[in-house]
Amino acid sequence: MRSYVVTRVLGMFPTLAFISLIVFIVIQLPPGDIVTSTLDRMQAQGVEVSAEQVQNLRAQYNLDEPMPIQYLRWAGGFITGDMGYSYLFARPVNELVWERLGFTLIITISALLFTWVVALPLGIYTAVRQYSIGDYVLTTIALIGLATPNFLLALILMYIGYEWFGISIGGLFSPEFQEVPWTWARLRDLLSHLWIPMVVVGLGGTAVTMRILRANLLDELNKPYVVTARAKGVRPIKLILKYPLRIAINPFISTLGLLLPTLISGEAIVSMVLNLPTTGPLLLQALLSQDMYLAGSFLMLLAVLTVVGMLISDLVLAWADPRIRYE
Amino acid sequence: MDNILQVRDLAVDFTTDIGITKALNGVSFDVPRGQVTAIVGESGSGKSVTANCVMRLIQPPGRIVSGSIQFSPSQGSPFDIVSLADKDPRLHELRGGLISMVFQEPMTALSPVYTIGNQVAEAILCHRDVGKAVAWQEATEMLIRVGIEDIERRMFMYPFEFSGGMRQRVVIAMALVCNPEVLICDEPTTALDVTIQAEVLTLIRDLQHELGNSVLFITHDLGVVAQLADYVVVMYQGRVLEIGTVRQVLKTPMHPYTQGLLQAIPGLARAGERLATIESVVGDADITTPYPLVKLADGRQVSLPPQSTPGGQESE
Amino acid sequence: MNDVSIDTGLATATPRQLAWQRFKRHRLALASGIFLLLIYTLAFVCEFIVPYKTDTRNVQAINAPPMSVRFFDMEGNFHLRPFVYGYDMKVNDDTWMREYTDNPDKLYPLRFFTRGESYRFWGFFEFDHHLFVAGQGGYVHLFGTDQLGRDLFSRVFYGARVSLSIGVVGVVMTLVLGVLFGGLAGYLGGLMDRAVQRMIEVLQSLPTLPLWMALSASLPVEWSSIRVYFGVTIILSLFGWTTLARQVRGRFLALREEEFVVAARLIGAGKLRVIFRHMLPSFASHIITTATLAVPGMILGETALSFLGIGLRPPVVSWGVLMQQAQNYQVIVMTPWLLLPGLFVVLTVMAFNLMGDGLRDAADPYSTGGQS
Repeated sequence: MRSYVVTRVLGMFPTLAFISLIVFIVIQLPPGDIVTSTLDRMQAQGVEVSAEQVQNLRAQYNLDEPMPIQYLRWAGGFITGDMGYSYLFARPVNELVWERLGFTLIITISALLFTWVVALPLGIYTAVRQYSIGDYVLTTIALIGLATPNFLLALILMYIGYEWFGISIGGLFSPEFQEVPWTWARLRDLLSHLWIPMVVVGLGGTAVTMRILRANLLDELNKPYVVTARAKGVRPIKLILKYPLRIAINPFISTLGLLLPTLISGEAIVSMVLNLPTTGPLLLQALLSQDMYLAGSFLMLLAVLTVVGMLISDLVLAWADPRIRYE
Repeated sequence: MDNILQVRDLAVDFTTDIGITKALNGVSFDVPRGQVTAIVGESGSGKSVTANCVMRLIQPPGRIVSGSIQFSPSQGSPFDIVSLADKDPRLHELRGGLISMVFQEPMTALSPVYTIGNQVAEAILCHRDVGKAVAWQEATEMLIRVGIEDIERRMFMYPFEFSGGMRQRVVIAMALVCNPEVLICDEPTTALDVTIQAEVLTLIRDLQHELGNSVLFITHDLGVVAQLADYVVVMYQGRVLEIGTVRQVLKTPMHPYTQGLLQAIPGLARAGERLATIESVVGDADITTPYPLVKLADGRQVSLPPQSTPGGQESE
Repeated sequence: MNDVSIDTGLATATPRQLAWQRFKRHRLALASGIFLLLIYTLAFVCEFIVPYKTDTRNVQAINAPPMSVRFFDMEGNFHLRPFVYGYDMKVNDDTWMREYTDNPDKLYPLRFFTRGESYRFWGFFEFDHHLFVAGQGGYVHLFGTDQLGRDLFSRVFYGARVSLSIGVVGVVMTLVLGVLFGGLAGYLGGLMDRAVQRMIEVLQSLPTLPLWMALSASLPVEWSSIRVYFGVTIILSLFGWTTLARQVRGRFLALREEEFVVAARLIGAGKLRVIFRHMLPSFASHIITTATLAVPGMILGETALSFLGIGLRPPVVSWGVLMQQAQNYQVIVMTPWLLLPGLFVVLTVMAFNLMGDGLRDAADPYSTGGQS
């Protein structure tokens, strides 16, 4: 087990290095850079800019160096915790990202928990009661859930909230708690707003997970070891929980790792619809104004989040399935 | 005679896309107490289905249509297994407690994610009101008895770390750990290497002598029957063709199908000779018509047209 | 062998016939297939199907609700020819919003296969017949109109052409990439295999939407619609090929040792020939299934990007672009019919998922529909 953990953790670093390279390339792709867009703005205001000033500006942002050096500077800064400077907000990136990343994390994790809590019992139910009315109903709902883009779901919820309950859904805080320091009341306010993004982000994943669990469980239900356990006299409910479910849950755990990128993606778009103070909206803003350090940091942090999440899911899987541990 | 199991007119249907298949069609036989009864037949003859009926393990699309299995435990009153309700506490007591089963596939009969110790001890915890420590201790003793060495370490190992023969020993230990009155072995050696087969058979026989329980042994291998069984039930296409002591059936088979089976054993054919097939031996003998079992003077029963068994009288 | 004909039906069924029979057993999958065929056909000839062009404005109907097609008028008289009622518009004193009611005096019969707005079919030739138009100088807006008075019904079907084709074009690109990389990894093995495996691992651990966003945002603003279209499609397939590549790799590894592949190699068939003549056909059905199940991802991706305003951009009309109009909730509350394109997205994606499930079962009778 220990060697597995070590290999797996060490294996994460080349992956992250590779990802950082991709992210760097992606944010370098747009034609022009922050200097050209600044110049455009200044010229539009009638400010004359000399070639010398342009040079200075470039040197100030290290844009006159060759690409590999720029990459190393960026990646190196990232490791030491210095994520650069956001031109858009004229503040260090560090000051901008953490709170938003925190909210992203809260929404993603709660959506993940929601997925688990809902998909697990429903998946078991639909498999054990295969072809029952409940199975058909739940499978149909899952199919619809799978096909509904989560921003559409958010829009529909907003409509329903307004038309039926007369409330406006959106944001993570009520206006009076928007900009105040953390208190218990603010936390309670957050929780009362959290459930909507949680459900909206988590629903698609719930549908996928439920279907996967159902299929896996159906595969396992008639395996010889289940019959053996039945013949041994294990009682029905314990039988299903201890034997087939325990095996069927393994692919389920590994899907959870694959679910993370989807959840983070979903969170990004839902946040824009519901106007949540998370990474998504700020990333879009940064991308549109070519604020490279800010956009790059967000992309990188989100990638780190998924990679670490997948690592955790792999480790949980190894803990749950001795066959992997002993490989 | 003192029979621990009396199977009467057992019929099982399997409903599939293309219609109803009669897996068992009026099967009757007895399992005498303290003896080894073997059910012999080719694949599809219904022998495994019969075993699963005794454990009430038949699952949809299969269904027990009719018949009875009278079970007479050494303590308590006899009852019919077939008519037990799903929630009847006696059914739970039966499975693994009074009757237990060893399956054909040792490679898949154990869950890969639990230790050997856990799975064997669970059988005890399912049926007896004892603590985990006691269960663990008894499981250890049983595993030593079936010949698992280095037991302290092995208890904590997973099935995939065991060889096929070892796993089958574990399954046998799991079946015997509650000291059941009947042990059903459903082709327990088919999936094993020949050398391992012999070891496992010896183990089953020795344990049966030691514990004195009744055994229902299902196989297609007449060699195994000769080694192990006291009584033989020959099945074909969901019916019983012949019942008798192992001597009667193997020395002087009455039914043409049994005769065919015996001649098809490789060891009995001379070198250079073509191995007999069932078809070539049975010829056009009538083995598919469901004649009722007829009891002969020497106690054996056979399914043949009444006039061809002089002196025979219908059984029950 | 094939020229011996036996008339026992099943006995001579080819694998393809058997698969078709299994597929037909899945009623939902079959229905989904028919639905997809229908909607693709409609999208293909959308100029003819719909009464208006994408940019035709009806100033009498701004933000007007959907009309219903009627056979009975308000007096209860039956009309053989279906008709719609025109709008009566009133500005609400409190909200300053336009409110529409049916106007019994404006009875516009629907005329079929008749002249209407002229259009260039696929931009090639001029034509002016439509499936239906409103008669007597009237107008018909089955799905209502947007804030510029454009007919949503027409725009949904024009949008279908773009959104649906992005799904297919994107999947074709995914297929090419997936089969190429998966095939190379599985067939060559060794260093190539490890490199591709690593790449797949990295790509699968990236949150796709933020990356799509970054890439889409880098598409130059001055690009033409068609270049943006292909740009977005390429971006979508850039991260979508990994699942397929994994499958192809696994199959190749298994097939490499099969007798018929070894035999082909031994008689001197070239590498490419072995791959394309012998190995690919033996798991083509799996590839088709995976491809079908990959289309929804493409459609949803396009919708999401365009919805955010960084995918396709007006004047191009796609389902995502149409949904963009419904971004804030005042709009949704006032004009909920603008969400109708979303219904089409949901139906199409569901149909693809169901058909994919059916195809998988048909291709492999032993599979139980797991996602792995």
